[in-house]
Amino acid sequence: MFGYYIDLAWRSLRRNKVLTALMVIAIAVGIGASMTTLTVMHLLSGDPVPTRSGTLFYPQVDPDPSPTASHQPYDVMDYRSALDLWNAHRADRQAMVTSSQLRLTAPQVNLPPLMAQMLSTTSDFFPMFDVPFRYGGGWTAQDDENRARVAVISSDLNNKLFNGADSVGRTLRLKDADVRIIGVLAPWWPSPQFYDVAGGRFSNGDTAGFYSRPEDVFVPFQSSLEINAGGFQPFTCWSMPGDPVHLQNSPCVWVALWVQLDSAAKVGSYRRFVADYATQQKALGRFVHADNTQLRSLMGWLDFNQVVPSDVRLQTWLAFAFLLICLFNTVGLLLAKFLRRAGEIGVRRALGASRAAVFAQCLVEAGLIGLLGGAGGLLLTLFGLWLVRSQPIEYADLVHLDTTMFLATFALAIAASLLAGVLPALRASRMTPSLQLKTL
Amino acid sequence: MHPILSALKHHKTTVALVVLEIALTCAIVSNALFLIGDRLSNMQLSTGVADNGLVWVSSNSLREGGTPGSAMSLEQADLAALRGMPGVTAALKVNSLPLLNASMWRSGISVQPGLPKATFNNIAMYLGTPGIVGGLGIRLEQGRDFLPQEYADYSPSANQAPPSAVIVTRTLADRLWPGQSALGQPIFMGEKGKYVTRVVGVTTHLLNPTLAGRANSEDNLLLPVRSIPGGMYVLRTEPSVRDAILRDIPTVLDRVDNDRIITGSNSYARTVSDYFHDDRALIWLLLVVIGCLLALTALGVVGLSSFWVQQRTHQIGIRRAIGATRRDILRYFQAENFLIVSGGIALGLLLAVALNLLLMKQYELPRLPLAYLPVAALVLWSLGQLAVLGPALRAAAVPPVVATRLV
Repeated sequence: MFGYYIDLAWRSLRRNKVLTALMVIAIAVGIGASMTTLTVMHLLSGDPVPTRSGTLFYPQVDPDPSPTASHQPYDVMDYRSALDLWNAHRADRQAMVTSSQLRLTAPQVNLPPLMAQMLSTTSDFFPMFDVPFRYGGGWTAQDDENRARVAVISSDLNNKLFNGADSVGRTLRLKDADVRIIGVLAPWWPSPQFYDVAGGRFSNGDTAGFYSRPEDVFVPFQSSLEINAGGFQPFTCWSMPGDPVHLQNSPCVWVALWVQLDSAAKVGSYRRFVADYATQQKALGRFVHADNTQLRSLMGWLDFNQVVPSDVRLQTWLAFAFLLICLFNTVGLLLAKFLRRAGEIGVRRALGASRAAVFAQCLVEAGLIGLLGGAGGLLLTLFGLWLVRSQPIEYADLVHLDTTMFLATFALAIAASLLAGVLPALRASRMTPSLQLKTL
Repeated sequence: MHPILSALKHHKTTVALVVLEIALTCAIVSNALFLIGDRLSNMQLSTGVADNGLVWVSSNSLREGGTPGSAMSLEQADLAALRGMPGVTAALKVNSLPLLNASMWRSGISVQPGLPKATFNNIAMYLGTPGIVGGLGIRLEQGRDFLPQEYADYSPSANQAPPSAVIVTRTLADRLWPGQSALGQPIFMGEKGKYVTRVVGVTTHLLNPTLAGRANSEDNLLLPVRSIPGGMYVLRTEPSVRDAILRDIPTVLDRVDNDRIITGSNSYARTVSDYFHDDRALIWLLLVVIGCLLALTALGVVGLSSFWVQQRTHQIGIRRAIGATRRDILRYFQAENFLIVSGGIALGLLLAVALNLLLMKQYELPRLPLAYLPVAALVLWSLGQLAVLGPALRAAAVPPVVATRLV
């Protein structure tokens, strides 16, 4: 029966090509717009570390000594607090991170010097965030301790400097210091670049910068402080720093700490540990607001920073409102189409077709329109994504249609058209056959 | 009117659909138009500097073990070389420019001494070397330019006394000293406001390097300094040779000292245009959406009206046979459309206000000015009339003889 309905639907669609085209185009445009924005949204609001984001946490304390309480602790920590918490090793894994810019050259490579972004971090960073290596590996806790002059470089930098060859063991010159490459990353671009996310609530929705590429060089934290002294920028300061070159004892926040906590019990005890630390620091006279601590999960931290740019959210709302109007339009046109065939439906009913059969036949026709609209919508989605990619925005290169979204396109198109078909099909199946037959 | 209304009662579902579609379109179109206007007004903000003639370049010296003194003499040599380029009328150094979209030093200031915590926070600090006011084309509304002896050695990130003179924007002056003249007023900076500087001038406009929303977009002050480590060179040029100068800058700087990386350079007009790229993209998107929505709604109206015309051919024939003119039939369909669209608009205006309230909450947008609503209504009324014209004309062309046929 289904095959027969499809055949009938096909004939009916071909009978009035203009009306059919109108409906298909309406659905295609609606689907194209919503799927383009939905794909971008899906990409930007995704989980950057799908394997273990549930176990990653972001502690915050409030080192500001001014008596007026602030609502939220600073987005990052001062050096001393971060180092104390890191040194305690109370989590399963922990990594301090801070990013800075410095001059980079590769001896024996005939390229002009570059200004590169360097991530200062500690050894747990690589296993904790599942960072993939192409060659070599990360450094050890011992290297952190010894302030070893080693570095891990990104796949992009390796391609630029060494044409993608195995560069482990070669030397890089960072500012005035030589470091030995011990690892080369495989292409790695978490979306967003979560470990550097901070200050989103002050950005007024303009958060595209959170989706830029990871740093080019990764260096042990203490080594990097020596190498790039004076090159670090504070996130903010609560009073004037006396020495802008060495931020370690400055009244500034500039270091983030990430911890991995593998069970709910550990999360609870770490939360207590951070609170205890703040109380202890208050007793020592360093903190004033000991109760102002936070331990957010990775996804909680991203939500707090509202990482998805507000323009993208606005576009998604707009696209779905657009799809809704396309649907109203399709409902109206389908209604006109089915009711125009009242005579034909009357004959079918008189010959013994049940209401359910007429209903099913009308829905099949609506579904077929949805399928055609979905195909058109897919093309429009690809075009829309191409448009997004051609924009000079940080996440442009990330944008692509994956299998999930490909299937979602058709699912949405058919669901939308079936939804649009329900009311017209119901009306068509409720018509009294005798009345229609009389007018024939 | 009465016969039209009672005829519509027979098509409750279809009428409801069209009314809903028009209401949604009305709500979205009026809010989209408002969003466009909002972004456009942002893009028309005056930066406060001579947009068209400025060119900037930033470079990073590779010399190792340089002293502050050697950096300063290199800066002087660079500026001398840049001033020597034909077509350059001024060259100086700044730490940032309006709408450069880079982070910059922000500080807390007070208008009273000795306060433990600054009263006005997040004030952007512009630093400029001699010639800053004239070179950038900053217009002073009150007061004077900096005097040569007021340019001092100062870095905002170090805990040191600021220069003795400062220029503030009109907006900041009104915030700091409401109802008073700003000239000669002290500003206290540093820990517990231990340093003081005095206002010598007030600019009409000077935008911040980044705009965070529409509030406080001109909260900044300008300090005269002798040199700026890091920072960027700004050249005032004849607009006609601007691009040639931009092209030649790397060569000129390399001739002074080639041990450097040029980290960025652009004409200021392009920098400003880049700053608004996202806004332009959104405006185009909204325009496309408005266009598509209106087209869709029009097509929907055409489709349904044609269906009604076809369905009522017999009745139209009868009306014609008992004396209705073509014009009466045309009027009938036009009036019917006007009624339906009016219903849609009435509902749509309510939806538009509701949608605006939602947007205000989510995106900190201002309230929708009521002037947008009649515009959207007018657009939809004319669209409806235009869409119904074709089917209505077809209806008017139905000959009276149809009435005598048994359909």
